[in-house]
Amino acid sequence: MRVVLAEDGVLLREGLVGVLTRFGHEVVAAVGTAGELAAAVESYRPDIVVTDVRMPPGFTDEGLRAAVELRTGQPDLPVLVLSQYVQRSYAEDLLDSADGTAVGYLLKERIGHVEEFAAAVARVAAGDTVVDPEVVRQLIRHRRDPLARLTPREQEVLALMAEGRSNASIADALTVNEGTVSKHFGSILTKLDLSLSEETNRRVLAVLAYLRG
Amino acid sequence: MHPALLAQALRQRRYVLGVWPWRAVLYLLTGVPLGAAVLVTLTLLAVAGGVLSVVLVGLPLLLVLALAGIPLAALERYRLRLVHPGPLPSAHRPPDEPGLSSWLRTRLQERSTWRELAYALFLGLLLWPVEALAVACVLLIPAGLVAVLPQMIAGGTGGARLLKLWTVESWPAAWALLVAGLLLLPPLAYPLGALAAGRAALTRRLLCPPDSGLAERVDELDRSRMRLVHAFEAERRRIERDLHDGAQQRLVALSMTLGLAGLERPAEPVAGLLAKARVQADEALTEIRELIRGIHPQVLTDRGLGAAVEDVADRSVVPVDVTLDVPDRLPEAVETAAYFAVCEALTNAARHSGASRVTVNGQCRDGELSVEVRDDGTGGADIDAGTGLQGVADRLSVVDGLLLVSSPPGGPTVFRLRVPCPPVRPRS
Repeated sequence: MRVVLAEDGVLLREGLVGVLTRFGHEVVAAVGTAGELAAAVESYRPDIVVTDVRMPPGFTDEGLRAAVELRTGQPDLPVLVLSQYVQRSYAEDLLDSADGTAVGYLLKERIGHVEEFAAAVARVAAGDTVVDPEVVRQLIRHRRDPLARLTPREQEVLALMAEGRSNASIADALTVNEGTVSKHFGSILTKLDLSLSEETNRRVLAVLAYLRG
Repeated sequence: MHPALLAQALRQRRYVLGVWPWRAVLYLLTGVPLGAAVLVTLTLLAVAGGVLSVVLVGLPLLLVLALAGIPLAALERYRLRLVHPGPLPSAHRPPDEPGLSSWLRTRLQERSTWRELAYALFLGLLLWPVEALAVACVLLIPAGLVAVLPQMIAGGTGGARLLKLWTVESWPAAWALLVAGLLLLPPLAYPLGALAAGRAALTRRLLCPPDSGLAERVDELDRSRMRLVHAFEAERRRIERDLHDGAQQRLVALSMTLGLAGLERPAEPVAGLLAKARVQADEALTEIRELIRGIHPQVLTDRGLGAAVEDVADRSVVPVDVTLDVPDRLPEAVETAAYFAVCEALTNAARHSGASRVTVNGQCRDGELSVEVRDDGTGGADIDAGTGLQGVADRLSVVDGLLLVSSPPGGPTVFRLRVPCPPVRPRS
C-alpha cells in the first residue's frame, strides 16, 4: 500500500516509516506540515493518508483540518488521523467528512501495539471506520442513560464494534467464541433499539451516530 | 445633574440661580476673619515664645507654634466642604504608638506638619488680606448702589452719598441706582465663584494628599497583575509543549520499538520482559496524556470554551449536561479563567457532593459571560474552605469576573461565574 505520512516530530516520523515498512507498506512521502501534506497527496495519489493532528505552522489542529479538507475534495481518500488527545469533537469532524467511511481516529499511543496499528491502517484503507476505544468510552459515558443498561461486557463489545472489528476479531480480543459475541450483539442491538446491516463499517457508523446523540 | 463641586457648578447655566454663589461668598467671607485670627495667634505665639524662651517657659509655646498648622489645616479641610464634596483626607499618618510623645515625634517628623505651618503663615500674612480686598471690591460696588435709597429714606431729602464719592439727590436716580445694583449682582457672582474655586483648589493642593497618584498606582497594579497572569499562562503552555514534543514523543517511539522488537519473536523469557516493558510504556503514556491535559487542554486553544467544556463534561464521572450559548472564540484570558472555573466546579461536584447529575448552563449576553454549574448533591461547599475555589475566584478577579457559590447543607450546590466579555477580535 502506498502511504503519505504527515508528522512533525522527526523521531516519531522515522518510527512510523519503520513500522509501516515492516508491515509491507510503501511510504511514498513523509512530510512535516499540513501544506506539504496537501501537496504530497496531490502528486502521489496514495492509497491512504496517515496524519498527526497538531502540526506547524500554528501547532493547533492543522493536520486534522487538512485531512477534513482532503476528504471534502476526495471523499474516497482513506485518512487515518493520529492524535495525542482523545477529542470527541475531532473524531466527529472526521466522521462528518464525506460519509464517514474510510476514516480512522486513533490515539498515538496505539502505534506501540504495532500489529493492531497495522491492522487499523489496512482496515481504513479498505474503507472501514476505526475509532479509538478511548473515544468510544467517552461517548458511552456521555450517553449514560440508555447505555447504563448495558453490562460491562456488552460495553466492551460495543467499543470493539465501534473500532470496526468483525465478530471474529472481537471474539479473539475477548477470548470467547464467536457465538458469544453474536449473542452480545443481539442484546446490545435490542437495548439500544438499533437495527443494523451486516456490513462492518455501516454497523460502526450507526453505533457512533447513536452514541453522538 | 446636580454638581457636587463649585468648579463644576460654575460651568452650568443655572449657576447664578442656585445655591452655589452663596456658598462661594460664605466660603470667602469666613476665610477673612479666620485668616486675621491666624495672624494674631501666630504673632502672639512667636513673640511670647521668643521672649520667654530665654527663661525656657517659652519653648513649649514655640512647639505649639510649630504645630499650629495642624488644627488650622483640619479646620480648612472642614471649611472646604462648602465648595467641595467632603470629607477630604488628612495627609497625616497615625502615630506608631499611643501616647503624647509618640504623637509629637510622628508629627514633627512629618513633612505635612511643616507644610501646614507654611500654609498658616501664608494664610495669615498674604491670603486673607488679598481675599478681603477682592471680596470687598466685588461686593462693595453693588452694595453701595443698593444702599443709596435706604440712606435717602433714613436721611430724609438731604441726599445720600454714593460710595462716599458722589452725592445723589433725586429719588428717580436713587431708584435707578438700586435697580442697577441688583442687576449687577448676578454677573458678579462669576468672578466671586471663580475666586472661591481658585482658593479652594489652592487649599486642597496644599493640605490634602494627592489622589491622582493613587489611581495611577491602581492602574499599574492592574496591568502588572494581568502581565503576571499572561506570563503564567505562557509558562503553562511552554511546559505543555515541552512534554508534548519531548517526553510524549519519545515514549511513543519507545513503545513502537518495543512493539517491533516483539514481532521478532525472540526467546521466550525476553518476550515476557518486552511485554512488561510495553505495558509500562503504555501506562506512562496514559499518565503523561492526562498530565498534559491538566496543564493546558489543547482543545481550548483550538476550539474555544464551548468545545473544551464539553470535553471535560465527557470525561466527568458524574453525567453532565452542557448547554453553552457562547461565541466560538472569546478573549483568551476570559476563556481560560472560565474554563478552569468550570473544571473546578465539576471536580468538586464529582468529589464531594455525591451528585448524580450536573448541569452546566452558560451564555454571553450584554457584554457579560455568565456560566452556572448546578448539581443535585448534598451541598455544603465553602469558598473559604479549600484553595481550589479561592484560586478560581482569584483567577476570575483578574479578568474582573466574579464567582458566586450557593451551597446550603442538603444541597443543591450552584456555582455562578460572571465575567465581562468585550467583543472578540478574530484570532489567527
